[in-house]
Amino acid sequence: MSTALLLVQTLNGLQLGILLFLIAAGLTLVFGVMDFINLAHGVQYMIGAYLAAMFCAWTGSFWAGIALTLPAALAFGLLLEVLVFRHLYGRDHLDQVLATLGLIIFLNQAVKTVWGAAPLSVPMPDLLSGSIALMDGLLYPVYRIALIGVGLATAGVLYLLINCTRVGMLVRAGATNAPMVSALGVDIGRLFMIVFGFGAMLAGFAGAMVAPILSVEPGMGDNLLILTFVVIVIGGIGSIRGAFVAALMVGLIDTLGRAFGPQLLRLVLAPAAASQTGRSLAPMLIYILMAAVLFYRPSGLFPVKQ
Amino acid sequence: MRDAQTEVTRALLQPPRTPALLMFVALVLVPLAARFGAESFILSVFTRTIIFAIAALSLDLILGYGALVSFGHAAFMGIGSYAVGILATHGVDEILLQMLVAMLAAIVFAVATSAVSLRASGVYYIMSTLAFGQMLYFFAVSLSAYGGDDGLTLSGRSRLLGTHILANDRAFYYVALALLAGFYLLAQRITASRFGRVLRGIRENPVRMRAIGFEPFRYQLTACALAGAVCAISGVLLANLAEFVSPAYMTWQRSGELLAMVILGGMGTLWGAILGAIAFLLLEEVLSGLTEQWRLILGPILILVALGGRGGLAGLYARLRRRTGGGAP
Repeated sequence: MSTALLLVQTLNGLQLGILLFLIAAGLTLVFGVMDFINLAHGVQYMIGAYLAAMFCAWTGSFWAGIALTLPAALAFGLLLEVLVFRHLYGRDHLDQVLATLGLIIFLNQAVKTVWGAAPLSVPMPDLLSGSIALMDGLLYPVYRIALIGVGLATAGVLYLLINCTRVGMLVRAGATNAPMVSALGVDIGRLFMIVFGFGAMLAGFAGAMVAPILSVEPGMGDNLLILTFVVIVIGGIGSIRGAFVAALMVGLIDTLGRAFGPQLLRLVLAPAAASQTGRSLAPMLIYILMAAVLFYRPSGLFPVKQ
Repeated sequence: MRDAQTEVTRALLQPPRTPALLMFVALVLVPLAARFGAESFILSVFTRTIIFAIAALSLDLILGYGALVSFGHAAFMGIGSYAVGILATHGVDEILLQMLVAMLAAIVFAVATSAVSLRASGVYYIMSTLAFGQMLYFFAVSLSAYGGDDGLTLSGRSRLLGTHILANDRAFYYVALALLAGFYLLAQRITASRFGRVLRGIRENPVRMRAIGFEPFRYQLTACALAGAVCAISGVLLANLAEFVSPAYMTWQRSGELLAMVILGGMGTLWGAILGAIAFLLLEEVLSGLTEQWRLILGPILILVALGGRGGLAGLYARLRRRTGGGAP
């Protein structure tokens, strides 16, 4: 394997990791603070992408589209909170699974009804189209690099929000012991709503950001959702730091495993067997990682709950 | 004498059997009624329903009695159907043998994965079952020798004791129904047995059960293996019904649907799981006949069941009975 290829795949892995982090950040807080299983979080990512596609087409500008998508995704998340999620806090996990599964089924069909079953695409902004040469003969799209940068910046902002603001303090406290926070006089219902809306907005933002490089289609959030679950379980439910570390781990391992797994196996196996085993093993790697983490640390790498 | 007494107490404690009996009678009559309509279509819809009822029943064993929310139960359906597909490719088309292999494979998978999953609890348990389900799904996708992503078309249904009787849709229906009835009775015995009571005890309070000398892990592991083996049989039947095997049988959405069936019917009642599967699939069938946008209706129904349904259909039945003054409190 050449250095150039390794570099490209590492960047791709990083980009997947960042994307996963943006989605996982909201989800891990919803999980951690509210002890709530939200399967519909992936749908919010999809809604974000669709909103971006719609607003970009309306305004004719990528930037205006993104700017409109953020408040719209936030509003949509809050709407869902009021209509559905609010009534499920403190309920059995099963009820939450069923309700959010119903929501997935409904929303996947709804976007099909509203926007059609055919994939939509979002034009890439002129400013970020094109590629730059990372090294001799190695071009990498500017947009993807910008994506990584924006993701890292968001992670930084999130870190400051969680660690240096009052709301952030309450969120951390809530993730550790929600009943106690409530007993100390904090309106936990409002805190939940803020966390939920913010999480929905982050997922929507992630969807909007990848819209120019992926096709926007119904069900696009479903498989990413599972990866996100893997991320937050590995990181430890409720931990933003854990989500960040785990997201990068999952992104890199998944991408590099698929790219180089078969080649690495060729060192120990016959070529045909190696490519077959490699192709089988690569998509399973992150699940194996998760099983291993759960085996040794049943509450993830950065446990939050006491 | 004492045995007789416990029998009586047990009979009194047990939930009323009438709904289960009515349900089975209705299912026996389905093929007769199907003659007046589009017979092969109705038969195939109901055979599918029964197959999913077996899967839901097996899930209820661990979900309703052990409070183990498995989000990867469809993996066992996949194991069952791939047992058929792989064995059939190699010329083994005896269904009893396929079932045996399917059950053994399911038990091995259940024990191996549960040994890890059961160490975690709550949300972590749910997520780890999901992860193992996904692992198997991706494994099946990569099995290029057996169709990979596209799946595997079977040349025909399996033989039963060397005969081609399963090729007859009505016979196949009754075989599936007999299996469902058999598993229902078996599950009833299991849940009423000492093992079942220990399992329920662990569901209510694992710490206390450990204190009085029952190690939860062993009982839960056994329950998972059992549920997996039964679910694998449903996979064997599904492969035979469709004469097709595909990784799509074990997507996480499918696992979610199985959960939905059990919750819809009411967990921890066994017959509720069967009723839930029937209700879910018929609802799907009816709605998709009405409109192409049927998911816009199904989704909200599930949400409403989750928000308002206490105990699903079985719970509804219990409340109705109480209101009309019949039955135990």
